Amino acid sequence: MTPKMVTVTNFSRLYGPRGWAILGTCAVVAFVVIPIFNLAVPASSPFHVSAFWVTLIGKIMCFAIVALALDLVWGYAGILSLGHGLFFALGGYGMGMYLMRQIGRQGQYQSDLPDFMVFLDWKTFPWQWWNTDQFWWAILLATAIPGLLAFVFGYFAFRSRVKGVYFSIITQALTFAAMLLFFRNNTGFGGNNGFTDFKTILGFNITSPETRMSLFCITAFFLVATLLLGRWIVTSKFGRVLTAIRDAEPRVMFCGYNTVHYKLAIFTFSAVLCGIAGALYVPQVGIINPSEMSPANSIEIAIWVAVGGRGTLAGAILGAGLVNGAKSFFTVAFPEYWLFALGAIFIAVTLFMPRGVLGLLARR
Amino acid sequence: MAAFFLSFSAHALDRSAVEKLAFGDGDEKIEAIGALVAEGDPKAAELLKGFAEGELQTSGKQIFFVRGGKAVDVFSGKPVPLPAEREDVVANNRLRGAVASALGAFKLNSQDRNERLAAAQALSDAGAAMLPLIRKALEREADPEIRGLLDMTAAGMELKDGSKEARIAAIRKLAGSANPGTKTLLLEAASDPDEDIRREAQQSLRAVDGRLALGEWLGLAFAGVSLGSILLLAALGLAITYGLMGVINMAHGELIMIGAYATYVVQNLFRGSPVFDLYLVAAVPISFLAAALVGIALERSVIRWLYGRPLETLLATWGISLVLIQAVRTLFGAQNVQVENPAFMSGGIQVLSNVVLPWNRIVIIAFAVSILIATWMLLAKTRLGLYIRGVTQNRAMAECVGVPTSRVDTWAFGLGSGIAGLAGCALTQIGNVGPELGQGYIVDSFLVVVFGGVGQLAGTVYAALMLGFANKLLESWSGAVLAKIAVLVFIIFFIQRRPQGLFALRGRAVET
Amino acid sequence: MKANDLPDLAHQRSGEHGVVLYLDGISVSFDGFKALNNLSLAIDAGELRCVIGPNGAGKTTMMDVITGKTRPDEGKAVFGQSTDLTRLSEAEIAHAGIGRKFQKPTIFEPLTVFENLELAMKADKTVRATLFSRLSMENQDRIATTLAVIGLKDSSDRVAGLLSHGQKQWLEIGMLLMQEPKLLLLDEPVAGMSDHETERTAELFLSLAGTHSLVVVEHDMAFIETIARKVTVLHEGSVIAEGPMEQVKNDPRVIEVYLGR
Repeated sequence: MTPKMVTVTNFSRLYGPRGWAILGTCAVVAFVVIPIFNLAVPASSPFHVSAFWVTLIGKIMCFAIVALALDLVWGYAGILSLGHGLFFALGGYGMGMYLMRQIGRQGQYQSDLPDFMVFLDWKTFPWQWWNTDQFWWAILLATAIPGLLAFVFGYFAFRSRVKGVYFSIITQALTFAAMLLFFRNNTGFGGNNGFTDFKTILGFNITSPETRMSLFCITAFFLVATLLLGRWIVTSKFGRVLTAIRDAEPRVMFCGYNTVHYKLAIFTFSAVLCGIAGALYVPQVGIINPSEMSPANSIEIAIWVAVGGRGTLAGAILGAGLVNGAKSFFTVAFPEYWLFALGAIFIAVTLFMPRGVLGLLARR
Repeated sequence: MAAFFLSFSAHALDRSAVEKLAFGDGDEKIEAIGALVAEGDPKAAELLKGFAEGELQTSGKQIFFVRGGKAVDVFSGKPVPLPAEREDVVANNRLRGAVASALGAFKLNSQDRNERLAAAQALSDAGAAMLPLIRKALEREADPEIRGLLDMTAAGMELKDGSKEARIAAIRKLAGSANPGTKTLLLEAASDPDEDIRREAQQSLRAVDGRLALGEWLGLAFAGVSLGSILLLAALGLAITYGLMGVINMAHGELIMIGAYATYVVQNLFRGSPVFDLYLVAAVPISFLAAALVGIALERSVIRWLYGRPLETLLATWGISLVLIQAVRTLFGAQNVQVENPAFMSGGIQVLSNVVLPWNRIVIIAFAVSILIATWMLLAKTRLGLYIRGVTQNRAMAECVGVPTSRVDTWAFGLGSGIAGLAGCALTQIGNVGPELGQGYIVDSFLVVVFGGVGQLAGTVYAALMLGFANKLLESWSGAVLAKIAVLVFIIFFIQRRPQGLFALRGRAVET
Repeated sequence: MKANDLPDLAHQRSGEHGVVLYLDGISVSFDGFKALNNLSLAIDAGELRCVIGPNGAGKTTMMDVITGKTRPDEGKAVFGQSTDLTRLSEAEIAHAGIGRKFQKPTIFEPLTVFENLELAMKADKTVRATLFSRLSMENQDRIATTLAVIGLKDSSDRVAGLLSHGQKQWLEIGMLLMQEPKLLLLDEPVAGMSDHETERTAELFLSLAGTHSLVVVEHDMAFIETIARKVTVLHEGSVIAEGPMEQVKNDPRVIEVYLGR
């Protein structure tokens, strides 16, 4: 009897028929239904999907990408990074620099320099702004800088066998230090106001419905791509090595694998994904400031993954959707209670739902 | 440059200065500010205030204020029709700063001696544009202390540009200064192309340096010890809970905050009482109890179910911290609350000309030391302490010999939380008290614990002191923010090289 | 089974054709306690050697030295013709062909038996290779063969965590075999096994000897008697007796050390 073929590299084998059906439905909603009901259906109709919803769902999709990225390193490789918000924010700042350049002379001071630089009495761009009026360069920065930072940081951390809670604490320290750095006006990223008041992107008006919808669809595309790519990774031999590292790293080393390389690879990839998500987030939300790098933000990302069910990619997306959906609802309806609810979610998930919502559903 | 102003009558604004202000570039505006202020004309003050607030606009050659949609001419003070085409006179940070010091300088003409003294002190690092004003003030000033201050300031300014004799005279005068700013000026002069100037500058520098050095070191050392003592208080409780149970308690900062709010409540209870100042004495045990009770409640309800799962404990306690912060916000409001220093905590001892040691910090250092000693005695001399140490070193073995480990956990958690409460009580005396008070200390507390290693008090003490010093030392070189960043980066690297911290208890490591 | 020649206790001829592992004068101390004391032994290629000794005799430490987990303070450790084990890292030693099985089965519980073997398989283990790897027919065959050898052919798709204790031990041995080691070090392989499983394990080891060299550390004397050709007895860090089981069993020093006088 030949054993079942487990090494899946064939695209169609990534999901079973039910999985593809769900994915297909979501894709249709994202790429067809919502655009029609936003652009073609008039605003007066009760079926109209307003810009508010488009932006909200777009935002949540960006968060879902980040959750996926964290799930890859945490759920599959066992690395609890509590600094992923930093990679997300760096991606956002990369795109933000480009968008600030695009404001051109339409700012308050009508200068080639962004308003905050005029305010500080600066006469030229600082070095890190070089070439940021080029879109491709901004994209490069948004993806390469988080990746590079993750690579260097991960290299030192994994090589010295820093694990578990200690690793989590130093990732918090990293994002905290970065946040402090970006809060300073002298760092050249807008200080505590960050970047905002964007006008155009690639020549298109950034607040027009068509641009919003395009960004929405591009985000949806990246979300699907990230999901499929992630699925391919975790169902490959590489993915099995990762879970083995999570469960019994010394044993894996003993089998002859260089676990540092594996951890570094997935950690860097995860950071790049966050950078992309950040770059997609900023044009939709219209602002980026250092509070995105706050330690609290990164801890929240972990709870999205935990709520949905870590170690399952779909769970990460689900968790990001549920928690951020709840946040939007609460902050409008019962703002004083949101933090109570969030705190309760943290406690409930760790005590009663260690495998998240998907874990609960699977048990039934 | 400074000699630019023309003579004018006492009650009309200098036209050319105003025009410079309205139409000139940044540097010209600064000159203009200085010129406008020199005569002490109150109209100039009004003009400058308006400029800083963005009320000044121009149209063609006309210059006017725009307030509430109405235009008032700057020179005549009379209303004029609002022109359709107008431009703002833009003020940025730097200009607003110049205006602020200029306005402060008006007080040099006040009848009140204290006001004049305050103004003189404020002017001590103003720009050179203020020089004519200061010279004028010197002509009128009789009080020797104020004269001395103004003299020094003027000398500093003259050093920058005047004739060679004037500069040498200025340098000699500056030798008598105890102001750190003087040193910078003298250093510049010390690299002047002229040999005589250099020599004079070196001499004066030596005099000033000597006066300053001791003071600087003393101040720095004290600040380091003070910060170290605060870090110690904040981190001590965490060292116990983390060292004992491997529990990463992200709500530790909130336990500190609860102690602070408990102190606030006690203060309010004592209001109106003749022994108000004693509220602090009552607050000490109360803040300990409040935080300890909350800690015990947490341990019994949530944390005990998560032993052996540090990552989950981290997340769950983070959730608890959110709930606690929001609860305090709901009960006490989101703004900071006022906690006054009792009389015996205010003021300080003047040790040197440039060093004042505040009383509140001295008391806190003593407080931290006494808490440290009490904790050490509890751990070393009592049975509970013995149990705690036993369970920290080998939980399984301790259970085997009959130590009620789960009760020890609860007590220890209570103890650690109570100490955090005491830290909160201490913090009310030196900083603001708000719902987010704890958030500012959680990262530092963890760093101290992780750096110092768990299982031994000595590690925590050394780590707290070292981090306190390092922070203050770096701060004096590069500012608070960069100092903090440097310390964080250092810890990140340190942990990778030596994950068990400075003083590791052998045979016990917290692993996932 | 033929009785082997009786070699001298401490002086083995080095460079002999067919010696796969050669330890000479190995000493290791931890904080003043001498765990290994001038230990010398040699294993021939294809041999199945049993190592016994009371607790604390240094059996595990000896294995640690061979696999590179612990560096000896003195002595030589040579693998094959000329590989100096004291200079290589653990991963390099594993790569060179020494496989170690620990007392506690450490398999990957959430993965299936097949996947466990696939992970352990000797293959290109770099990141890129595993990302794009496809299971070739040849490798499939290798896994199938190993499954047959360890007797888990029918459990190939079972999640490893659900196996019985004995089966987990065999799986781990199978994982070891997938790395195509020349020398296998087995630390108490039948601890916790039923009689039936112990028998199966004995058969397995005997079938492996010849193509592989095995060093088995055990306490279960019945098991040792079933498989042993040559037995080495350790005590307080050095070899006190070596030879066929019968001879060693009756050696007065061995009796003294095990039973006391």
